[in-house]
Amino acid sequence: MEFLEFFERFAIPHPSPAIYASMVAIALTSIGIVAGLTYFKKWGYLWREWLTTVDHKKIGIMYLVSALLMLFRGGADAIMMRAQLATPDAKLLDAQHYNEIFTTHGVVMIIFMAMPFIFAFMNLIVPLQIGARDVAFPRLNALSFWLFFAGAMLFNISFVVGGSPDAGWTSYFPLAGNDFSESVGTNYYMLAIQISGIGSLMTGINMCTTILKMRAPGMTLMKMPMFTWSAFIANVIIVFAFPVLTVALIMGTTDRLFATNFFTTESGGMDMLWANFFWIWGHPEVYILILPAFGLYSEIISTFSRRNLYGYSSMVWSMILISLLSFLVWTHHFFTMGQGALTNSIFSITTMAIAVPTGVKIFNWLFTMWKGKIRFTVPMLYSIGFIPLFTIGGVTGVMLAMSAADYQYHNTMFLVAHFHNTIIPGVVFAMLAGLTYYWPKFFGFMLNEKIGKVTFWLLTVGFVLAFFPMYLTGLDGQARRMYTYSEATGFGPLNMLSFIGAALMAIGFVTIVYNVYYSFKNSSRDIGSDPWDARSLEWATHTPVPEYNFARTPQISSSETFWDSKKNGHVLFKGEIEEIHMPNNSGVPFIMGIIFFIAGFSFIFALWVPAVIGLIGIFVCMAMRSFEKDHGRHISVKEIKETEEKLGGAK
Amino acid sequence: MKELFPAKQVVGFVASLVLTAVALLVYFTDMTFTVGMTILLATAFIQAFLQIVVFMHAGESKDGKSIYTNILYAVFIALVTVFGTLLILLWDM
Repeated sequence: MEFLEFFERFAIPHPSPAIYASMVAIALTSIGIVAGLTYFKKWGYLWREWLTTVDHKKIGIMYLVSALLMLFRGGADAIMMRAQLATPDAKLLDAQHYNEIFTTHGVVMIIFMAMPFIFAFMNLIVPLQIGARDVAFPRLNALSFWLFFAGAMLFNISFVVGGSPDAGWTSYFPLAGNDFSESVGTNYYMLAIQISGIGSLMTGINMCTTILKMRAPGMTLMKMPMFTWSAFIANVIIVFAFPVLTVALIMGTTDRLFATNFFTTESGGMDMLWANFFWIWGHPEVYILILPAFGLYSEIISTFSRRNLYGYSSMVWSMILISLLSFLVWTHHFFTMGQGALTNSIFSITTMAIAVPTGVKIFNWLFTMWKGKIRFTVPMLYSIGFIPLFTIGGVTGVMLAMSAADYQYHNTMFLVAHFHNTIIPGVVFAMLAGLTYYWPKFFGFMLNEKIGKVTFWLLTVGFVLAFFPMYLTGLDGQARRMYTYSEATGFGPLNMLSFIGAALMAIGFVTIVYNVYYSFKNSSRDIGSDPWDARSLEWATHTPVPEYNFARTPQISSSETFWDSKKNGHVLFKGEIEEIHMPNNSGVPFIMGIIFFIAGFSFIFALWVPAVIGLIGIFVCMAMRSFEKDHGRHISVKEIKETEEKLGGAK
Repeated sequence: MKELFPAKQVVGFVASLVLTAVALLVYFTDMTFTVGMTILLATAFIQAFLQIVVFMHAGESKDGKSIYTNILYAVFIALVTVFGTLLILLWDM
């Protein structure tokens, strides 16, 4: 019987048939994966080629796959919420489940979908755009990925083991404290985000170093392609913002596990300090997501307008300005918390100021298209759709920035509409545009354009139908995070419209999967290395990209070196092929990810023995690395020549 | 002889000793809390700056400019965060 008592802690505090069904589904899927790998004898392949890889391209692809998986997880949450709200007094979900779903939807979409998506593109593109062989610290890069993955998996098992967090993705105290959140759900929140956050911080350091130190000869800072610039600025923000989250999460964890009083309402604790810390990280975080998206749009718009990017230096300076301003606006997330008019006015003004550099960028994209020869490909459609939709999100943002008016909008669906209006056309559209644009570079075939256009229109129409009605119901007073409303409120029809929009978006996302399947079967493999007639350096190497990226180091002439080599006679590759020094694979990052997962899980359930053993294991791994002698390996000239020959001649 | 004598480091060393002594005075002399804290904060920041410039050789390599830019950026964000938080939660609450 004692045995059973031990396992009682893992039970779901608020079960339902749907959760039991998910448990069965998860178990069956896991068994299926293990059986499949064994049957097809793929364990060795998986270990050698993926789990131990330090290659930035493979790590990028793993980020990409994880991000897409999480997009569907978060999307399932979203469609359940919209279905519950589609009609008044609906009984599909009860209040507790609704709380858990909006909490996990937010966390999954921001931390485990958007973040790995931008990391995927940074990993895939940045080393190629600057002519490097890999990132500065390849093994650290692998560790970053496995920490993210451990955090994501930890967070995702919460709804079948012990219960999901239910205090909102912002997890405000005192609600998130032990008094009001009794289940282990909020422990999951604290630990899972902590683990993946450490990974993000490492990526930040890694990417900053890579971009500052590993650029090809001739590439000054002001000759970097725009995506690399945006990645650089985003990583600088990561390095300065994420430590705040790390510390806040540790304080929250000790409050919940060790009865400290940082965020409690007694013994000198201050619950509002959590909100303050959360948004000191949280506001820069939204710029961490949007800046790489802007970078992708810049690349795509200039390629498909057949013009160089308008106002390169103003693009760079506006991003630098955004990186500073992003740290000056956090209070606008809690104008109604009780601070005085002076504080609110200061933060209103800084918030409105941030619209200026963003506006500069919008005009630069418009001027890039002006008199350009525009090709309406799928990536370009997303970029063109982004401009008006994102601008509406920006304008409603300026409305919210007025602190006096914010008392009306705060905590209503108007806010929900606003931030989805910036994140979906801003970040999600950029990720899908980037996915379509860079797909041929990494997988060797193009995604079908026709299906891609259907996806674009489904997502755009679905988006407008799903979120624009929320502006209206929000202004009429529909509060966010409420699991139901009465018929007398009159919110019913507009919420039904939202549900229809959400359903269209869901179909849109399914068409992406179908597109991958269809194109994998039918698309031509004979596409060359530059299928879009693009301009920057990542297109100058072979498709598929060889592991060393460039056989010879490229010589840089401008931010569009590849275009110069195609049109202006610039010689990109000079000299003889030389031996290339590459890093060795390592299983340690993957093992550390597992140890972090076990340690995190043990902390969540206050199982101190495995928790302490896990922590020791982490330090042992780090110590072993310090004493390890690994000088990497060399690829011989002969081998390089053979690879280059196979890929169609030396570049 | 001038090249062999590390004048900068010796002056830095003496200065850091003096700063430590001044900070120690706060404990051994009787002064108000405000004055004491002011002295501690001032000596601490001068000390940190001295260490970075003299003993950690900021500015002596070709990365000097980016190191100072980085420090300046960090100091700016730290000040905004600390004083912004004080403003929100204490001074204007």
